[in-house]
Amino acid sequence: MKYIKSLMVALTVVLFTSASFADTLNDVKARGMLKCGSNTGLVGFAAPDDAGVWKGVDVDVCRAVAAAVFGDANAMEVVPTTSKARFTVLQSGEIDMLARNTTWTFSRDVDLGLEFVGVNYYDGQGFLVPASLGVSSALDLDGASVCIQVGTTTELNLADFFRMHKMEYESIPVETNDEADAAFLAGRCDVYTTDQSGLYAQRSTYPNPDDWVVLPEIISKEPLGPSVRHGDSKWADVVRWSLNTMIIAEEMGITSANVDSHLSSDNPSILRLLGKEGAYGAMLGVNNDFGYQIIKQVGNYGESFERNIGLSTPMAIARGVNSMWTKGGLIYAPPFR
Amino acid sequence: MLMRLLNVSNFSVAKKWVHKNLFSSWASALITIFCFYIILKIIPAGLDWLLFSADFVYNFRGEQIIDRTFCSKVIEPGQHGACWAIIIVRWNQFMYGFYPVEEIWRVNIVFALTPFALLPLFFDKVIFKKQLIYFTFIFPFIAYYLLYGGPGLTEISTSKWGGLLVTLFLGVTGIIIAFPFSILLALGRRSKMPVIKSVSVIFIECIRGVPLITILFFGNIMLPLFLPDGVNVDNLLRGLVAMTFFAAAYMAEAIRGGLQAIPNGQLEAARALGLSYWQSTIQIVLPQALRISIPAIVNSAIGVLKDTSLVLIVGLFDLLGIGRAALADMNWMKLSHEVYAFVAIIFFILCFSMSRYSLYLEKKLKTDNSI
Repeated sequence: MKYIKSLMVALTVVLFTSASFADTLNDVKARGMLKCGSNTGLVGFAAPDDAGVWKGVDVDVCRAVAAAVFGDANAMEVVPTTSKARFTVLQSGEIDMLARNTTWTFSRDVDLGLEFVGVNYYDGQGFLVPASLGVSSALDLDGASVCIQVGTTTELNLADFFRMHKMEYESIPVETNDEADAAFLAGRCDVYTTDQSGLYAQRSTYPNPDDWVVLPEIISKEPLGPSVRHGDSKWADVVRWSLNTMIIAEEMGITSANVDSHLSSDNPSILRLLGKEGAYGAMLGVNNDFGYQIIKQVGNYGESFERNIGLSTPMAIARGVNSMWTKGGLIYAPPFR
Repeated sequence: MLMRLLNVSNFSVAKKWVHKNLFSSWASALITIFCFYIILKIIPAGLDWLLFSADFVYNFRGEQIIDRTFCSKVIEPGQHGACWAIIIVRWNQFMYGFYPVEEIWRVNIVFALTPFALLPLFFDKVIFKKQLIYFTFIFPFIAYYLLYGGPGLTEISTSKWGGLLVTLFLGVTGIIIAFPFSILLALGRRSKMPVIKSVSVIFIECIRGVPLITILFFGNIMLPLFLPDGVNVDNLLRGLVAMTFFAAAYMAEAIRGGLQAIPNGQLEAARALGLSYWQSTIQIVLPQALRISIPAIVNSAIGVLKDTSLVLIVGLFDLLGIGRAALADMNWMKLSHEVYAFVAIIFFILCFSMSRYSLYLEKKLKTDNSI
């Protein structure tokens, strides 16, 4: 068994490092279109609107890469992938990159042959409770009944959390999100737990969203980020710096609305980002103005966040840990120089 | 008139019928009353939700519904009707997926022509049958040209197809291709030639031995790993091949059941008359075997049509998949009852008409023994 496994791994490595995969950037340019693997539909992260245009935080990363490579954010196609198929689809070369709320973990990064290029959303498992429960911290949840989706890592995290704090709970297993929703609203459980972004989405559809509270505790780390195939650093750089450009733009206060006025800025680091100075685009193998195109067509990270999942949307997710590092959050990009 | 309808004999007949069928004993009376109560409870409530209290284009205030926040049931706690606007606003997606709006007429033409192509296959007495048969044979090429594009028409990649288009494409094409294939497999499995027999047995058992999801995964994910670089088989085509294999394996077993029901004496008699294998198979065995296996064949055909909804897991948006994607749109989320009800209604219409057709076929073949 062990031999078969290592043989499979060796075969996979041989297949994936073969010449044709080595230069994704050229393949993408030759095709004239980016194939970006995303979700089959996840509120705020990737979903088609009424006109069939894909929108969401993850889709914006795809759009940014398309803007960097082609100068046209629309030169990409979203390939919907399921959670089971996503990695294989990436490895078979059917998609050029994966931006599908995928948690960056050791085994995925090392064993699955992926290369995560950054984090575009810091998620984590949280708790949703009715405000009437009068609870303000997850540490007050001793004895609570908890609705939980069976067979997920959330189940394990929950058990660990309660055991660690020597608390008791009664688990109410549910199969799907919709079922959890119904059970929770009907009062069959006091607490519903899943990733916080999911809890916010859930809450936004309740009749009176203010009657429900997402507790501040996060009991697991779920950094979600775009990934590419192992072994093509050049392409990984393109995706990484497309995402970083969006983050740096927010840090510098450059938005899609005011980017044109920054073209004549006195700040050299802004001029570098927008491609007015230096040859950073050429180093990356794309047009020199790729930073300008990303910001102009997709916007900075904060804009993307607000537009898709921010407080003005039904999702109403506060920036929280996803604030800029200058505002106490975790969103940080290395300098552009 | 009314008096005549309600005349004594009619009334007593009705009374007898009611007594015999609904109130024959205490237990049956109780069950009858209980069922009537349930029906009276459910049907009005169901119709009320589906139609009478439902929103279509406008909500109860008369505003046009452009997202879920306009749905009556979202605005007013007392309102509970369905909000069909999600289906109406996204109608094109439900029918054609992401097919470009200005090219939708092409799909519509194909939808409109399909019945003409299928009529001569499904019914005996059709006017212009001869001409229509020719049309049936060229129709796949017309459909391909219209849907996919070619000289004079913009090319629409299959990744843009979706909704009912994909469901019908996979279901109808899959079943039609699988049918002749399955006859060959069934005959092959009963063949005395070892190679043909073992190939058929291996194919049928391998396909039947694994779930459809596995075959879809294999076709969609494993296949590209084995193909030489640069060879790229279309995603939808891979799904179609998987569906066809699956349907063929199951239908082959249904047909084999029919073949086994034909007494051996008939074949021997055909041999004695000097008919060759193919002559006796085509003219004597198959017509009878197929007639016997109609219910089983249609049963698997219905199964295949419903199984098309599994292609979502390999990233193809069939009718159900496009509905789920609609629910992931922030503007429409949580209208899942409407979406699932709509998808169920469409699937019911498709499957129910198939089962009605099989009943028609059985009746027809019973009265008239020639095919």
